[in-house]
Parts: sequence; structure tokens; C-alpha cells
Amino acid sequence: MEEYLTDQLKTQEYFLNMGPQHPATHGVLRLLLKLDGEIIRNVDMDLGYIHRSIEKMCERDTYKQIIHLTDRLDYLSSHINNEAVCLLVEKALNIEVTDRIKVIRTMMDELTRISSHVLWWGVMGMDIGALTTFMYGFREREMINDIFEETCGARLTMNYNVIGGLRYDLHENFVKRVKDFIKHFKKKLPEYDKLLSNNVIFRKRLEGIGYISKEDAVAYGLNGPTARGSGVSCDIRKIHPYSAYDRVDFEEITFPEGDSYARYKVRIQEMHQSLSILEQLVDKIPEGEYKVKTKAVIKLPEGDYLQRVESARGDFGVYVKSDGQKFPYRVKFRSPGFANLTALNKMSEGLKIADLVAILSTIDIVVPDIDR
Amino acid sequence: MILNIFTDIHNKLLEHMSGGAAHITELILIAAAYLGIFAILGLLLVWLERRVAGFFQLRLGPNRVGPFGLFQTIADALKLVSKELTGTVKADSMLYRTAPYFVITTALMALSLIPFSHEIQAFDINIGVFFLISVSSVGVLGIFLAGWASNNKYSLIGGMRTGIQMISYELSVGMAIVTMTVLAGTLQISEIIEIQKDGWLIWKGHIPAIIAFMIFMIAGTAESNRTPFDLVEAESELGAGFHTEYSGMNFAYYFLAEFVNMFIIASVAVILFFGGWLSPFGITDTIPFAGLFWFTVKVIGVIFIFMWFRWTFPRFRIDQLLTLEWKYLLPVNMVNIVLMALIVWLGLTL
Amino acid sequence: MSYFSDIINGTKTLLTGMRITGKYFFVNLFTRKDVITRQYPDNIDTLKMFDRYRGEVIMLHNENNEHKCDACTLCEKACPNGSIEVIGDKKINPETGKNVRFLVKHIYHLEMCTMCGLCIEACPQNAIAWGQNYHNTAYDRSKLTKVLNKPGSKIVPGLKG
Repeated sequence: MEEYLTDQLKTQEYFLNMGPQHPATHGVLRLLLKLDGEIIRNVDMDLGYIHRSIEKMCERDTYKQIIHLTDRLDYLSSHINNEAVCLLVEKALNIEVTDRIKVIRTMMDELTRISSHVLWWGVMGMDIGALTTFMYGFREREMINDIFEETCGARLTMNYNVIGGLRYDLHENFVKRVKDFIKHFKKKLPEYDKLLSNNVIFRKRLEGIGYISKEDAVAYGLNGPTARGSGVSCDIRKIHPYSAYDRVDFEEITFPEGDSYARYKVRIQEMHQSLSILEQLVDKIPEGEYKVKTKAVIKLPEGDYLQRVESARGDFGVYVKSDGQKFPYRVKFRSPGFANLTALNKMSEGLKIADLVAILSTIDIVVPDIDR
Repeated sequence: MILNIFTDIHNKLLEHMSGGAAHITELILIAAAYLGIFAILGLLLVWLERRVAGFFQLRLGPNRVGPFGLFQTIADALKLVSKELTGTVKADSMLYRTAPYFVITTALMALSLIPFSHEIQAFDINIGVFFLISVSSVGVLGIFLAGWASNNKYSLIGGMRTGIQMISYELSVGMAIVTMTVLAGTLQISEIIEIQKDGWLIWKGHIPAIIAFMIFMIAGTAESNRTPFDLVEAESELGAGFHTEYSGMNFAYYFLAEFVNMFIIASVAVILFFGGWLSPFGITDTIPFAGLFWFTVKVIGVIFIFMWFRWTFPRFRIDQLLTLEWKYLLPVNMVNIVLMALIVWLGLTL
Repeated sequence: MSYFSDIINGTKTLLTGMRITGKYFFVNLFTRKDVITRQYPDNIDTLKMFDRYRGEVIMLHNENNEHKCDACTLCEKACPNGSIEVIGDKKINPETGKNVRFLVKHIYHLEMCTMCGLCIEACPQNAIAWGQNYHNTAYDRSKLTKVLNKPGSKIVPGLKG
């Protein structure tokens, strides 16, 4: 029947420019859609609208100076990006940091992850059309931002990690604030489920949409929650534990379904896990130095270095090639968003414009991270 | 029964001019009054929406201009009036310019049927409800034309979605109204309210009336293009949908008409289910103009439910929208009409 | 039968969602307890940034209009994007007879600064610090270029200079 209809009704495919200025693309991403009516035939991704050549800029900066640039990659997990660079340099120079530093870094990581996921949850609802979730997400994010601001001095580009430790010691209110947050968030997380996750319209919009199989997910190099929604186990915190992740107890969340709703559930469950990590650590912050003494001028020995961390979006990698100078010879950031975005065409094949927006939201891209 | 309260004005006019001239003057006066009502209603509802949205979203909403921010929308309207009217180069300029007037005219025509109280109703014909459905379905044309004439692909998609959505949900609104007219036994709006003096229709018709009310609320939300049925403008997908290219006052016409349409839908719900301007249990029947108060309270109550929907639910996808209408609402509606007819026939009304 | 259970379950989930938003609405309507936004220009007097808040780089001056900067330019070297220019000069200290550097102008380009804090870490004298000023906007770029040492200020006597 459908074939008969398509034979009889001649339709014409047309192109639609989605972006660079479009509310659904979360920044300046340009999608060139080939459409048949509302049905998507092809998605071309056009990047480069916010390319700032951060990798090149790193080549003229010392290792200390690189750190603040990583804040500007994936600005929602800036702390985790900072940590990747610091871990890389510390590993290369065999700097052993104290337990206190490790625990604080881990806690900050998880706070960052929650704040990123909370923002994602709000924006997810907004993309689907439930505008109120945005403000509910921001309520929790605001609390975390206050914690960051009090301890690190900034809300978004914290720049709290330095090579060999942390910039400042924890603020005296930190523990109290984190405990308040845990208490508050434990009450609010079930509300998220009631408001959005269980909502019949929301589920219908996500279930079975944007399917990508486990094999395809691996083939496209997906990572982070996006891949774990397809059942790929890829949590760097488990595979290559860094900081204090080897001493906390948490689960790696995977769902086998591979659709948008699975990716949604992964992030919601990850918030629960992050909360449990915070709970385990908040009372056990060891005493000690918050900063280990390092040389004034840091020079990495000649060679290649790689450090992977699990950012809120997935596998964030820093690759440094050093020729023994105080500047790196080449820096490459492996951004999780870029790999995840490539699968968009596969995921949205034959679906509708509204689905594309939903899928884009469940991939959770941050465009400055993709373009660098 | 043209505006009983203006009988004095009518007589005054007759003193000064002939019957025909007086009639025309009167019509113009009423039209001007309704235009005023239209503008004020629209602006007040926009303010109410923003305020309510604020409280839903843990904000305060507009609270700077005037008391409680009441003049905020007036300031916005002034800004819109002063803006340049823009459009795309290859737009069908005639249709592009006329499209907003379709929407605004139909909204105005539908408004004339609404009885604000016993005394205030501009136009009360014996096929009132039928006239209302017919008039409000013309409004789609304005949106459709805007989508087509803008020469913008986003607008076009929005316009096409409107066509599909409006034609589908017109059916449900119509059939929910038919269910209630089976119970009321008349199409004239004043009579529908009259027979509710001994009990509102939602009470009299009990189960089928409640089902009809729910269907009417869902379909009414879709008719007024509000979330979860706002696919027409779906800002996260289509930018602004059919009015992407409109600016200034042309945009404001759409904006105001959308809110007045919501008011009309809410009024129809109040007329058909909650006794229009009648007070509960007839407690203030003797006070003149108390009807206006009760009508406003009821309409705002229904409008609040619409707003509650809007600030809670995510948006449907176009195929789900059609599934809801054709697979759920329509069959339920049809069974409901038969049920209502049976109940009326067997005299099981309360 | 799943047809009817779908309708009922679906409606139930919708109503649960409405209960959540409705609760917030009525709480905010009557008590404003859950309102999370702040009324910005109104609270300008009570709004206080955290001590570590990085608003802008300032130079600390004591009550005698003296600062601690000896124009060593370490901050200038530490800055990753050239936001700081230290203009120093040399003169002979009449007491010791030595030729010492002194600060003429400490120019700070707020419009280029990324608030990374490397200059403040690099300063051996703790002459510069973070200011908590958050009103950093200006209509003109040139207004963002600031001279940090106050006019007529001198280095604290007893320091190297």
C-alpha cells in the first residue's frame, strides 16, 4: 500500500538548514537536513562555527597555562577537563598527589557530572516541549554552582585543578553545603521521574526512537552515556580508575535498548550513582596537603602521553606529544561529543524533525567541545 | 437581544437620527467596543499566562511595569506597534499581509457570541453553537496562509501541521459540543444557559458529560495551538513555526488572537458545562451584573487548567497527535454521543 | 484491553506530573517560598560575592596609597593571553644607592582576561589579588583596560624597591 502511494504521489525532497542559529542545536551547530515532507532522509553536520583553535593555542602555552583553556571545551564538565590535563602531567612527571587531593577531585568531578546532567535534563524537557523542567533543573544546578563558587571562585569555568593538586583548600562550608545538596537532591530526583520520565507523552516521544545497536555504537566510536544506552560498557572510571574512583563503590549504568529513552535513563541513573559516590566521600575527606610542591617550570620528558577521563559526556582524552620543551609539541583533545554526533545520521534515519531534536538532546552535545 | 444595557443609548440615537442610521451607528459602536474587549482580553491573558508560568517555573514573572506587572504586556504591545513590518522578498505579499486578519476577524466574530453576563451578549442567534464552530474553523485559514505565503520552509512545515491538526481536532471539539447539545436540546447559547438554572450540564449529564468535558479540554487545547499540541510553532523544532517571518503588529495579531481563542474555548467550556454566567445554586441571581463576575471566575478557572497543561507537558509528535485524535478521542467520542442520547432518552439525567 | 489500560495509565502519569507543577504553583502563588530567582537590581546592596569569587584582578593598596609591586613582570610572563602589561622604570634609590626597578604603570586588560589566576599565583609579593567586583560591563572596550596602580601610589617602603 505504501509503495503504491509513493508511486502515485510524487513528492520532492528538499533541504532545510537547521542552524547555525537554531534553538534546538544548543549552540552554533549547523545541520543540513534532506527532508521528504517531515521525514528525514539525510543529515549533514556542518561544524566549525565556533572553532577557536584551542589545540593550536595550547602549543604556545606552558603546561600550567593549558589548564584554563580546557575549561572552554566542554564547559559543562570543565572540572573534569582540567583534571585530565593535570593527571597527564602528574603521571608524566611521577608526581604523587595526596589522598586529600584525590578525594576532593573525585567529589568535584561528581558534582560537575550532576550539574551537567541536571542541566541536560532541563534542556531535554525543553527540547521536547516541557518548558518548566528547565527551571527545575536550574534550581539544583544553582546549588552546585554555589558550592563551586565558594570553593573554586567561579561558577562555570572553575579552573580549580593545578598541576600537583588544587588551587585552594576546600572552603570550610564545603562539607555542609554538599550535605545540604545531597539531602535536597534526594528529595527532588524522584520528582524528575514523576514529572518527565514516566510521562506518557515523553515516553512515547523517546521509546524506540533513535535506535543504534551495540555493534553500530562501537563502530561509530560512541562513548559515555550515549554508548551505555546501547549496552556498551565504556566507563573510564571503571576501566582505568583515576583519582579516588578505585576506592568508591558505584555501578556502571548500561541499558541494552539502544533507543533515546535508554540514553535518557542512563543519565538519570548516573545522577543517582554520582549522589551515592558523594555520600560515600563527603564524610571521609582525608587530611593532608591540598597541593604538592612542583617545579616552577614544568617540562615533560620527550614522548607521547595520553590521559583519559570520564567527563559528563563520555570519554574525554588528552594527548600530548612533548619534545622536552616547556611547551607541548602537539596537543590533541579527544572530545566525546564529536564521536557521538557522528552517529546522528544513523540514529535519525527515516524519522521526523521532532525526533531529530529529541535525539540531538539525548546525545547531549556541547558544541564548543565538538569544534574546540 | 442586542445588548440590553444599551437600550438607553439606542433611544438616544433614535432621537437624533433615522432608524437605519441609528442602527448602523449602533453596530459600529458595538464593533468598536468588542475590538476594545479583544485587545484588553488579549493583553490581560498574555500577562496572566506569563505570571502563571512564572509561578510554575519557580520564578515571579513580570512584576516591574505597573502593579503586579500588569502594564508589562501594554509596554510590549507598544513596542510591537512601533516595529517595522518585515517579510521575505519572494513572499506572496498579498496573502502574507492579509493572513493575520483572517485570524483576528474570526476570533472577533466568535467573541461576539460569548455571553459575558445575562445583559452583555452582542449576537444571540438560534444556531449559536453551530455558528461558533463554523466561524472558529475559518481561523485555520489564516495560519495556513501565513505558513504558505511566508516563503520560509519552517513556516511551511508549521502551516502544514496546522492544517492536519485543526481538521482533526475540529471533529472532536464539534462532537463534544454535539454531545452536550443532545443534553441541552437547543443550539441557542442563551437558552443553553437558561436550562442550567436548576443544575449545570456537567452535573445533569454526569458520566457522558464528564467524558465530553475531558475530550473538549484536550481538543480545545489542540484547537488553540497550546502545549502539548503546539506543533504549529514548536520553537525547539521550527523556530517559531508559521509566524517565523512576521514582525511587529502582524505578529502581535497572531499572538493576541491565540490568547483570545483560548478565552473563547474556555468560554464555550463554561457555557456548555458550567452554566455560563449563572452563579452556583443561584446565590447572586438578584444582583445585576453579578453574572459578569461568575463568568470571569469560571473562565479563568478553565484557562488556568489550559495553562497548567502548557507548563507541565511535553509536546506531541505529529503522528502521535493524529493517533490520539483518530484512535482514541474520536471512537470514545462517538460512543459517548450514543451514551448521552441513551441517557437523555431514558430520562436518566440528574 | 490494553487500549483502555493505556488510556487510564497514560492519564495517571499526566496527572502525577500536573500534581508536581501544581504544588509549586500554589506554593509560589501564596508564599513565594520556592521562587529561586533573585530580583537583581533590587538586591544590589545585599548581594555579596563569595570571598574567592574571581571578578577582576586588583592591586592591593594600603591606606598610605602604597602597593607592593616592584615591577618584576612575573605576572606578565605567567599570563597566557597577554592581559597584563607591566611598565617599569629604573631609578637610583637615594638611601642605598642601588639602581632598582619601580612600577610606572600596571596595565590590566579585563576584556582579554580569562580569570585563570596564574598571575596572582605567580606574584611573589602578593601585590595583586582577586577583586569581587561583578559589574564588569562597559559600552566601550577601552573602558575595560585598567591601570591597576592608583595615581601617585608608591611601593611600600622597606620592600625591595
